[in-house]
Amino acid sequence: MTDNDTIMTAQPLLTARDYASDQEPKWCPGCGDHSVLQQLKSVLPELGVAPENIACISGIGCSSRLPYYLATYGVHGIHGRALPMATGLKVARPELSIWVGTGDGDALSIGGNHFIHTLRRNPDLNVLLFNNEIYGLTKGQYSPTSKIGLRTVTSPSGVIDNPFNTAALTIGAGGTFFARAFDRDGKFLRSILKRAALHKGTSLVEIYQNCPIFNNAAFEAYATPEDKANNTIYVEQGMPLVFGKEKNRGIVLDGFTPIVVDLDKEGFSSSDLWIHDEADINKASILARFADSDSLPRPFGVFYAEDRITYEDALTAQISDAQKNGVATLEELLKGENSYEIK
Amino acid sequence: MTDTQKSTRPVNVTSKTSVSVLFAGDSGDGMQLTGTQFANTVAVYGTELNTFPNFPSEIRAPAGTIAGVSGFQLQFSSKPVYTPGARFDVMVAMNSAALKANLKNLHRGGIIIAGSEGFDVKNLKLAGYPEGANPLEDGSLENYIVFPVPVLQLTREALKESGLSSKEIDRCRNMFVLGLLYWLYSLPLESTIETLHSKFQKNIQMADANISAMKAGYFFGDETELFANLGRFDISPHKQHGIYRRVTGNEACAIALTAASKKAGLELFLGSYPITPATEILSTLAKKKKYGVKTYQAEDEIAGIVSSIGAAYGGALAATNTSGPGLALKTEALGLAVILELPLVVINVQRGGPSTGLPTKPEQSDLFMAMYGRHGEAPLPVIAARSPVDCFYTTYEAARIAVEHMTPVICLTDGYLALSSEPWEVESSDNLVEIKPRFQPARKPEDPPYLPYKRDERQVRSWAIPGTKGLEHRIGGLEKQHETGNVSHDPINHELMTRLRADKIAQIAESIPLQTVDNGPLKGDLLVLGWGSSYGAIKTAVEQALENGYSVAHAHLRYLNPFPKNLQELFGNYKQILIPEINNGQLIHIIRDTFMIAPEGFTKIQGIPFDEMEILNKITDLIKEL
Repeated sequence: MTDNDTIMTAQPLLTARDYASDQEPKWCPGCGDHSVLQQLKSVLPELGVAPENIACISGIGCSSRLPYYLATYGVHGIHGRALPMATGLKVARPELSIWVGTGDGDALSIGGNHFIHTLRRNPDLNVLLFNNEIYGLTKGQYSPTSKIGLRTVTSPSGVIDNPFNTAALTIGAGGTFFARAFDRDGKFLRSILKRAALHKGTSLVEIYQNCPIFNNAAFEAYATPEDKANNTIYVEQGMPLVFGKEKNRGIVLDGFTPIVVDLDKEGFSSSDLWIHDEADINKASILARFADSDSLPRPFGVFYAEDRITYEDALTAQISDAQKNGVATLEELLKGENSYEIK
Repeated sequence: MTDTQKSTRPVNVTSKTSVSVLFAGDSGDGMQLTGTQFANTVAVYGTELNTFPNFPSEIRAPAGTIAGVSGFQLQFSSKPVYTPGARFDVMVAMNSAALKANLKNLHRGGIIIAGSEGFDVKNLKLAGYPEGANPLEDGSLENYIVFPVPVLQLTREALKESGLSSKEIDRCRNMFVLGLLYWLYSLPLESTIETLHSKFQKNIQMADANISAMKAGYFFGDETELFANLGRFDISPHKQHGIYRRVTGNEACAIALTAASKKAGLELFLGSYPITPATEILSTLAKKKKYGVKTYQAEDEIAGIVSSIGAAYGGALAATNTSGPGLALKTEALGLAVILELPLVVINVQRGGPSTGLPTKPEQSDLFMAMYGRHGEAPLPVIAARSPVDCFYTTYEAARIAVEHMTPVICLTDGYLALSSEPWEVESSDNLVEIKPRFQPARKPEDPPYLPYKRDERQVRSWAIPGTKGLEHRIGGLEKQHETGNVSHDPINHELMTRLRADKIAQIAESIPLQTVDNGPLKGDLLVLGWGSSYGAIKTAVEQALENGYSVAHAHLRYLNPFPKNLQELFGNYKQILIPEINNGQLIHIIRDTFMIAPEGFTKIQGIPFDEMEILNKITDLIKEL
């Protein structure tokens, strides 16, 4: 049974409206965050999880306002700390469905340490990393994903820090799921959100999200239908890597090096192309590095998905094992193991 | 083994009330184990007991040097004791560095049992003695009773048939010393024999060798002429009939958190990051999985507390433990816990600061940080433990206040309490007060909307945990609107919420006991007001001052915020108040500020506890001035 079958068999009893809180989103008009919220609200009913069993946890930043707009449980925490809070909640309450709203500053700068450690531990969380390559809420400073040369209030001569590659960082940190989506492609974003929800483990979804105020058009290269066709590649499990308006360009692997080929002119057929395999960490690592090259299309979709025990399941198993002869009592606790009697 | 009780030759046995012993040697000499075994034996024997280990912060400091000296101090007595003894009566010095490092704390006329092989040319040089000087031979110890014992040679002699390698034989030398001390204090060997049997269950040869070394030490006492003049000592048991266990402060904290979770019907979650001297709370709780305890060793101090806040939101009894530098890192998250109004227990095991400071040494210098160390108006309850056993009751109380008043609570202990131990009569679960979480029940669609920040008469909000139908709500670090909990930047609302949060903490004073006088008259010349681990030294000093005929009393604060309601009245009953602290004067500021009085301070900032004599002298001087 594929993931899609699971979703279709889930009976949606509720609608997007049931997951919307009474608070009006306070994001700027035209902000990509509106789209992400919309897609999330429309996906949640399809997952068959009641609002009271969902918690949305966030840090600080524009994207971290997400919990206020969902009619679920939620905590808007402190800057950079969404992941430890979500992990603590998940460990305490493994049955909950937990979503994390975070941004490039929140997750990768001030929360960078928590980011890598959460990924290696693999608690079952759905992490939506809104990447707009800028600090929005503090008004336009460069972020750890800002491109070299970007001029901002704190980089008037251009950014000189090499940016993080979110996909490579996720895979390098031992993450079990990485996908990339785009605020403007709502339908695709929904499909990725569902995949993230169904992945058991930490699902890291990087969402390219436009900040119209401080970093407008950062992702313009993928925006128009024409540019999208030429500059992006949507990866699908078991399918060859093809792109272009006419689907006539593809990727072949020359050793470890990905090369763009023209299927019409260079005598390659689709059977020569790179076949996408989410389970292949080596291919996922190469795919992650596409973002560092100007000559390669930008990949979207699920790069990598690995089935590995979650942190909370491993801990629960240890506790069950310790309790196989019964749960110890308060009296046993107070007496201890080395007590002695004075007669 | 009762044959060892009987001396083969008549030796004079002197009864004593109390003895303080230091076992000191190189880190590799096994002094912690020796001290622990001795403590277990006297505990089972039924004397009163207080222990304190003193070891270097380096894991493997160079052998033979002062930096590598490891000590275990204990006081056992036929009357209650509250400290391991500021000075000791007996010192076991396995090498010259151990002697040099600790001699200043040995009573004049005290006994030194010196492992003479540790005083060879090499060891003397490593300890920093001038060339040619040997304290065992040069008369510099004439004010003490010195017994040089060739421990290594006698151990090797005793174990030559054991079949062990010479390295393994040498490692048994601490058991020889232990046996000798058992002889000297007329103590039974059974408890240690049992321990050795169970410790070396799979290596009977090793168990036998250790036991043989111990017996050799015991019989050496009997057979040698060395102790003919000194004789043996006997400290008669004092403990009442009952079941006891020995706990350190850190163990007591861990047991209390688990007990509170059981009593409250909550799951315990500890989010933590290792830090000296607080780590044993984490490691002790990590072994309590059969009680359902969940421990989470986070990537840093911040993740430690924040994961706990997440667990508290989920309905767990959440806690975190740390020491000074860690508490500094947790302060932003503490502010979050204050505004979220979620229960959280923060145990801060104080150590010398600032910065890395004195990681293995105690200090009471985080009181200001506990009281005020947050941005914004963020009051929270602060309580402090006074003894290893009191770490249990104080931590349990911290959990009760946190859960019943929906607030983070800081529970202060320190490195001295954390590692000290004393016997604890096993507590009955019936004696522990109930802890009642105020969970909000599920809401039906026709019910009025749930108001997360609606308060009861104590200003306490309800605890609505995920999974409860109809209570879905969002909270966060942004200022909350009164009752609804929605984000609000309204100026009047901010002032109201600030005052409500403060009032909630102030009202805790209604549910805590009034301050009592621990010892001494209810009206008099001087009140010694203490807090935290200085309890034992103050208690002992005030006892002595009372015996000397002074009008002095001792009150010891557990509740530092809010204070007990009767403090002002209590202060009015004395001409002067003395506040001893192991810091540069912190409680005294708070007392001055709160009560507009001018107490006398007495501080010590050396990373070591008070010596009761220092406090006694201060009391005497102060009363003479009145």
